[in-house]
Amino acid sequence: MNCAEIRLLLHAHADGELDAANSLELERHLKTCSACAAEKNSLQSLGAALRSGDLNFRAPDSLKKDLLQFVQDLNEEKKSRKNFKLQSLWKFLAFGATAFALLVIFLRPAGISAHDAFLNEVIASHVRSLQAEHLTDVVSSDQHTVKPWFDGKIDFAPDVKDFAAQGFPLVGGRLDYLDGRAVAALVYRHNKHFINVFVWPATDAMKPETEMRRGYAIINCATNGLHYCLVSDLNPTELGELAKLLGQ
Amino acid sequence: MSANEADQFERIVLPHLDAAYNLARWLAGNDHDAEDIAQEACVRAFRFIGGHRGGDARAWLLAIVRNTAFSWLKKNRPHAVVSIDDDELAQIEDQNVPAKATFSADKNALRAALEALQLEFREAIVLRELEGLSYKEIAEVAKVPVGTVMSRLARARRQLQKHFAQKEGES
Repeated sequence: MNCAEIRLLLHAHADGELDAANSLELERHLKTCSACAAEKNSLQSLGAALRSGDLNFRAPDSLKKDLLQFVQDLNEEKKSRKNFKLQSLWKFLAFGATAFALLVIFLRPAGISAHDAFLNEVIASHVRSLQAEHLTDVVSSDQHTVKPWFDGKIDFAPDVKDFAAQGFPLVGGRLDYLDGRAVAALVYRHNKHFINVFVWPATDAMKPETEMRRGYAIINCATNGLHYCLVSDLNPTELGELAKLLGQ
Repeated sequence: MSANEADQFERIVLPHLDAAYNLARWLAGNDHDAEDIAQEACVRAFRFIGGHRGGDARAWLLAIVRNTAFSWLKKNRPHAVVSIDDDELAQIEDQNVPAKATFSADKNALRAALEALQLEFREAIVLRELEGLSYKEIAEVAKVPVGTVMSRLARARRQLQKHFAQKEGES
């Protein structure tokens, strides 16, 4: 090895990166070459100076603080993201449940829900009452005849009034069954239309609620401890007039 | 993203923050830019933390700092990044300037001498003498062959020797 090659290897040697074979050859050369030996010493001194010169910069506290904050933010972001995910999941589930419930309500066959079943029963009762001689058991336009007729047949006393003056003459009354219980059925007439008013005791008052089913108007209301369920092929507005009269 | 990654960041990156800053500071030349570079590098390190497969965390982080610093310098100080010609062999350089036998650990003088070095040379010295990285680690950080690391160190030291020889001649 010539001096130029040795000069390069001196660095590797000083850095502890030279293999044993080359190191041996280098040492042999240095014994005979004072210039290269001087270079070796110079490099050693330079390295020592650099290493002991306190030349390292230390990270400022602001940087450490920023990065610790960064980690903290990441953890919080992750946490909030997890929460957000959880919230989204709950929202999703809640929405799904609601949608499912609505689907069940709207897609279920008519008459399955208790209310639908009840309305169907009302209509069926109304229709049946219109068939041969079923309309009334007691035929009278006299409320004082109709009301006592119910006495002893049902466990309440329906308020029977004639509204002939208002265009709704009382036709009569009969005993009927709705929703598993005996109810009073009052029959009114408006022009050519018959109106069944089913009456049974109610615990809470209820404002008139109008519904249409299969072309029939049905109005439910409750007042003075009695529930009135009006059903007719009359238009809902006119039927509402009778509901108003009954509620007075 | 997982708590695990934040934990890894604290375990792998934060212990080597001084080393990261030191390299950034020597490459950038001032505190403000060094802090920006080190911070950006650490955030990058967090993003790549899944890519850290054991090994020396410090060398891994320093490679990211190095990339970040060079990108930053190319963008903000394009004139500072002049690629050195690594084909040039150390032995071609002037060997006739008599080397100083001893160097004192004069902080300011050494700092000035290092700052006078070209970027890649300064980088090699900082990684070797200040951070104590092996040639192989320096090669990974600087993305050059081990032979180039050796030649850069030789040339860098040669320049430092000349620098101090000239200073001595001036005084």
